[in-house]
Amino acid sequence: MNDVNRRVLPGFRLSLGYTLAYLGVLVLVPLVACFLKAATLPFDRFWAAVSTDRAVAAYELTVGASLVSAAINVVVGLLVAWVLVRYEFPMKRVVDSLVDLPFALPTAVAGLVYSSLYVQSGWLGRFLVPLGIQAAYSRLAIVLVLVFVGFPFVVRTLEPVLERIDADVEEAAACLGASRLQTVTRVIFPSLYPALVTGFALSFARALGEYGSVVFVSGNMPFKTEIAPVLIVARLEEFAYAEATAIAVVLLVISFAVLVVVNLLERWSKRVYA
Amino acid sequence: MSITVKQVSKSFGSFRALEHVSLEVAGGSLVALLGPSGSGKTTLLRIIAGLEVPDAGTVLYQDEDVTEAAVKDRNVGFVFQHYALFRHMTVFENVAFGLRVRRWPRKRVKERVGELLRLIQLDGLAGSYPSQLSGGQRQRVALARALAPEPKVLLLDEPFGALDAKVRQDLRQWLRRLHDEIHVTSVFVTHDQEEAFEVADRVVIMNHGHVEQTGTPREIFERPANPFVMDFLGNVNVFHGHVVRGRMKVGSFEVDYPAHPHDEPRPATAFVRSHELELLAKRNGRPSLEGKVVHVSPAGPVVRARVFAADFGVVLNVDVTRDRYAELGLEVGDTVYVAARDVRVYVQDYII
Amino acid sequence: MSTPDHTNSRSDPRWVRITLVTAALGVVGVLIVIPLVDVFVEAFGRGFGAYWRTLTADEDTLAAIRLTMTVAPIAVVTNLIFGIAAAWAISRFRFPGRTLLTALIDLPFSVSPVVAGLIFVLIFGLQGYLGPWLRAHDWRIIFATPGLVLATTFVTFPFVARELIPVMEAIGADEEIAAVSLGASGWQLFRRVTLPNIKWGLVYGLILCNARAMGEFGAVYVVSGHITGRTDTMPLRVEKLFQEYNTPGAFAVASLLASLALVTLAVKTALEWKTRRDLAEAARLRSEGEEP
Repeated sequence: MNDVNRRVLPGFRLSLGYTLAYLGVLVLVPLVACFLKAATLPFDRFWAAVSTDRAVAAYELTVGASLVSAAINVVVGLLVAWVLVRYEFPMKRVVDSLVDLPFALPTAVAGLVYSSLYVQSGWLGRFLVPLGIQAAYSRLAIVLVLVFVGFPFVVRTLEPVLERIDADVEEAAACLGASRLQTVTRVIFPSLYPALVTGFALSFARALGEYGSVVFVSGNMPFKTEIAPVLIVARLEEFAYAEATAIAVVLLVISFAVLVVVNLLERWSKRVYA
Repeated sequence: MSITVKQVSKSFGSFRALEHVSLEVAGGSLVALLGPSGSGKTTLLRIIAGLEVPDAGTVLYQDEDVTEAAVKDRNVGFVFQHYALFRHMTVFENVAFGLRVRRWPRKRVKERVGELLRLIQLDGLAGSYPSQLSGGQRQRVALARALAPEPKVLLLDEPFGALDAKVRQDLRQWLRRLHDEIHVTSVFVTHDQEEAFEVADRVVIMNHGHVEQTGTPREIFERPANPFVMDFLGNVNVFHGHVVRGRMKVGSFEVDYPAHPHDEPRPATAFVRSHELELLAKRNGRPSLEGKVVHVSPAGPVVRARVFAADFGVVLNVDVTRDRYAELGLEVGDTVYVAARDVRVYVQDYII
Repeated sequence: MSTPDHTNSRSDPRWVRITLVTAALGVVGVLIVIPLVDVFVEAFGRGFGAYWRTLTADEDTLAAIRLTMTVAPIAVVTNLIFGIAAAWAISRFRFPGRTLLTALIDLPFSVSPVVAGLIFVLIFGLQGYLGPWLRAHDWRIIFATPGLVLATTFVTFPFVARELIPVMEAIGADEEIAAVSLGASGWQLFRRVTLPNIKWGLVYGLILCNARAMGEFGAVYVVSGHITGRTDTMPLRVEKLFQEYNTPGAFAVASLLASLALVTLAVKTALEWKTRRDLAEAARLRSEGEEP
């Protein structure tokens, strides 16, 4: 059919040519330029740039906060997806659309409002600060906004999978003598693992690169609350382009590695669970 | 263990799936619930399993009332039309599931699963995932999984419905042999009468949430209780007419109907099965209809002919043995005479 | 969605349901609803008049709004054209590297916005590869509108294409092949057959692309140079007002962006309902066709 299409339908060369040219000019060439720029640094300078204590602290915070927020998103995402797919309750449709808000709301707005909510005079801070919970200008603040920006990924990855679980699989488990709890933990959850892993990875990848919301809430203190993207900007503002690029390359490599892992996982789960 | 269903009713919204259905399944027998889609047969099976709760009526296992009992406590084996295997578990783990949730010791689980995999002849595939199996293999795994915890009853919902014709035929005979070996009380749902008649000890024919007839395959085939059963069994010619003074009249054609000796005519329907019609080259004194052969289908164990009877404006389906076909030298366009060996008449008010 | 055909083996006990629903509403409430409400409360806290003055009296805020209204449409339109071309090539033809191309289109999603800005600085900035040449011709890209457009286009690059590809694959090429056999030209084919079929998918991709384009922060932050009144888009303006401790001003601009997000969500939800209805309708028609 494919060769037939190419002979029958017009526009193959035009559309593919345009796609490749546009992709090349806008995405591939600039990304390659970034790696080339980093490669012009002698290795010891590159290493010095990416391994300063400040940079290492920033990677640790970026990766650590992203992991924690992705893990939190797996739990709350599973909860929300389960409730949306399985139960009926008032305002369900509104809640369902609100789940996507973090996709639609500019990150700067999220950062601005999160920074105002958790300070002592804020709506949530006035309850939390007296309890000793400082959720503004702290690492906790970073995790909170990262949970916000990554929230829809787990929910939206899980929902279709939950909807597709056939009623008769659960009935089969019950007929075989499983209690409801056994059915949920032994039959339903295992069939969600691939989707949970994908959702975790997507949420993690999003958190790794997040900038807009974090600058508002973190306070950006080197060694304490400075994430890698903030460090890149700081280096840029010092006109230390080479150092900024070196750190960017580290960040890119981590992101691409996550991307590859996600793709491999999806391919693997498709093969096993097909 | 016997199953008794008493006066069970069930509605889904305004749809009445079952109305006052009663049924006895003798211990150790294999019973088929047969009917068209929407007849309530699957709902009845699910109520027996405990997957649905009836609106009214009771279900007994032996003498124990299980109407309100949860599925997981009933110890039933249920086989689903689309297998419902656990996709993330191997064949072994699927079969072992019912034993693991009952906390059987590991060693006994291994023995029991091995035993069942040998029974379904899939012992080489214990480590495979369901996605790697064919449809027939999946259904056998589903059956082994249902049998593993030694259920008191085995319930099968259109067990062969999703398989292609050849596999279906094999599995059906295999199920019969299996039942003869293990003798667990079994009920299966089907819409395929051939399947029901070939496999089951007793057949329950259902329609619109009612039981139309229960009996052995032979009883049902030889003595259909009513026009629905007659019609559902198929391969039948239908004539509409009326009865009066002990005779059923269809045009100029008449048969005896002593059950209605009265003067006032009643609408009635006569049924004649295709194989109970006979083709004659010329009239021989028996009542017969003149007709013209419009189609002959000679490829099969019997030859099917379609004969147009111009006087009645109907096309009759007639089954002829291959010998008789050769004898008559039947061709399209021939004029033939159709005589009936057996006619069943049902007077209209008996039709529900 | 889930029909209430719960049998006793599939439904959870009432206390479990109530607990889980409450917990989920709590999560959505704290994470999403409270922040969303807070944006508007902070913005309108001192009355609509004050809000209106905060927005309109500040020339730099107005300039930021105008800049966003310039940059976002350009990025959206270029990505729209790209998205259609890419979806046509990928969904209608098989060629070596097709899977790789599909993966590459998603690449900008896994690049940190800051890095996305940086790569354009590295090429077009004063010290970048093309910097000296641009300077000799007196062209400014970085710290000017073209840089903002480039960075915005990069981060919103995949939106239209990744919505359209699955839609077009699901629709299939049958109608288009039929149109070609009836003598349609390429343009007629697109306008009369393809476009009507994909229009809702296109709108869906467009609104998501637009929301991200108007809201993008990190990438434009790096390339803008923060020249007040010249290169500040709305999100950048929010940040600048926030840094200047002008909280009412920051929330006033933020409320505009939050309204945009709500409109986006509303359109998205409406389109999803429509798609679901259409699918159900199509399934119904198919099943009626099968069972006469």
